[in-house]
Amino acid sequence: MKKLNILLIAFITFTTCAQQKESEVKAEDPVNVNYTTQMVVPDLSIPWGMTFLPDGSMLITEKSGDLIHFKNGEKINIEGAPDVYVRGQGGFLDIRLHPDYVNNGWIYMTHGSSEGEGDGGNTALIRAKLNGNALVDTEVLYKAEPNTKKGQHWGSRIEFDNQGYLYFSVGDRGNRDVNPQDITRDGGKIYRLNDDGSIPQDNPFVGTENAKTAIYSYGHRNPQGMVKNPFTGAIWVNEHGPQGGDEINVVEKGNNYGWPVISYGINYSGTTFTDITEKEGMEQPLFYWVPSIAPSGMAIVSSDKYPDWKGNVLVGSLKFKYLERLILENNEVVKREKLFEGIGRVRNVIQAPDGYIYVAVENHGIVRIAPEN
Amino acid sequence: MKKTYLLSLFTVLTVTVVSSQNSNQDTLLKESIERGSDIYTDFCINCHMPNGEGMENVYPPLANSDYLMKNREASIRGIKFGQEGELVVNGVTYNSVMAPMGLSDDEVADVMNYISNNWGNKSDDIVTEEEVSNIKK
Repeated sequence: MKKLNILLIAFITFTTCAQQKESEVKAEDPVNVNYTTQMVVPDLSIPWGMTFLPDGSMLITEKSGDLIHFKNGEKINIEGAPDVYVRGQGGFLDIRLHPDYVNNGWIYMTHGSSEGEGDGGNTALIRAKLNGNALVDTEVLYKAEPNTKKGQHWGSRIEFDNQGYLYFSVGDRGNRDVNPQDITRDGGKIYRLNDDGSIPQDNPFVGTENAKTAIYSYGHRNPQGMVKNPFTGAIWVNEHGPQGGDEINVVEKGNNYGWPVISYGINYSGTTFTDITEKEGMEQPLFYWVPSIAPSGMAIVSSDKYPDWKGNVLVGSLKFKYLERLILENNEVVKREKLFEGIGRVRNVIQAPDGYIYVAVENHGIVRIAPEN
Repeated sequence: MKKTYLLSLFTVLTVTVVSSQNSNQDTLLKESIERGSDIYTDFCINCHMPNGEGMENVYPPLANSDYLMKNREASIRGIKFGQEGELVVNGVTYNSVMAPMGLSDDEVADVMNYISNNWGNKSDDIVTEEEVSNIKK
């Protein structure tokens, strides 16, 4: 009986107090920052996505559904914005110009959408053109299925690679044990499309029975940061873990990133859902965060405006309200720094065409990072 | 005698009706709390945490929350339309922002009943869909 009690206590201990391995490299306070932030677009609520037009003006998506054109210091609400389904973490999400925008005028956006059968919604990718103060010629390129009233994990970010393929993310939509590992279902995936929404014939699951052939990689939880590495052309993502276990992944064709079979995270309740962090056939992250920082947005610094930061990865932290700077050597994170701590929930960070870094902060606005002098 | 008989019959009937109303109310509250638990897990748990403890100086606690117990209407409004600005909970000032979650009125009522009857909070007075629908921005 006593033995049984000990076993029981041991069992409870192991299952409820999971030991997590903290990130080996810890985030430090910066010793010397030669940069400061300048307010560019004040008074925004949740500026989810931002992109620059060729004239230097900016398009900004507000999660609640507004599309804002910020030009000459003024905010103009664009008409004809998509019908956004706001629910939990879902709403108006990312926005991105076509690499050849100057010639074709296409603007790509992701948002929560209730289109299709069933209650609730799921993530949609659309494209449209800007005509004066209105969006026109809107086309729905992809709509993830099925609709669900779950509030979690819609993704989503959009990026183009050097070949002109479009990538976007959809999170697992709160259906952890069903969606991410099943390539016949949407959710927990990075998708790759041609710029018109058609599916590239060399996508990894073209020809696989019942597969969603737009899928490029799977086993993701909720990627809210995505950027083309300007030095290698590869697509990098960051994604939220549960409690601990946020990750940076380099996306490659057909790869399985393991969620939720392998993870460095645990449930919010402190219990575990898996006791393995690696498995044959599943990719290890380039980096994992324990504890979680709640990463959103991602930029890799390549411009000559920030000589101190060249090649560094910048990631927003929603939870700790700072911008994280990660320094890498040979694809390994060797140092982490907390920039502008206390600035607010950092939703997005991009390197703009002018070479400056812009940071979107919830209930604050969009700031530019500039040299101190 | 007849009068006494009628009176006691009336009393019995009244007690029966009232108590069945009460138990009906109890059942409704119990069911609402159960549905509210699912809503909580979906929409609230990653900031307010599994036991309503919140996060120190970032997200206010719901557990043993004086604010929640004393500000029913403001709490409903916060869940329904989002919350911003300073908020004092158990003597600590918070200044975070909660985005509107897109919950329907019945879902707001359910999650309100859940958080108002957990982790040291108690409120027998059920929040109804109608009450939520009457609260404006």
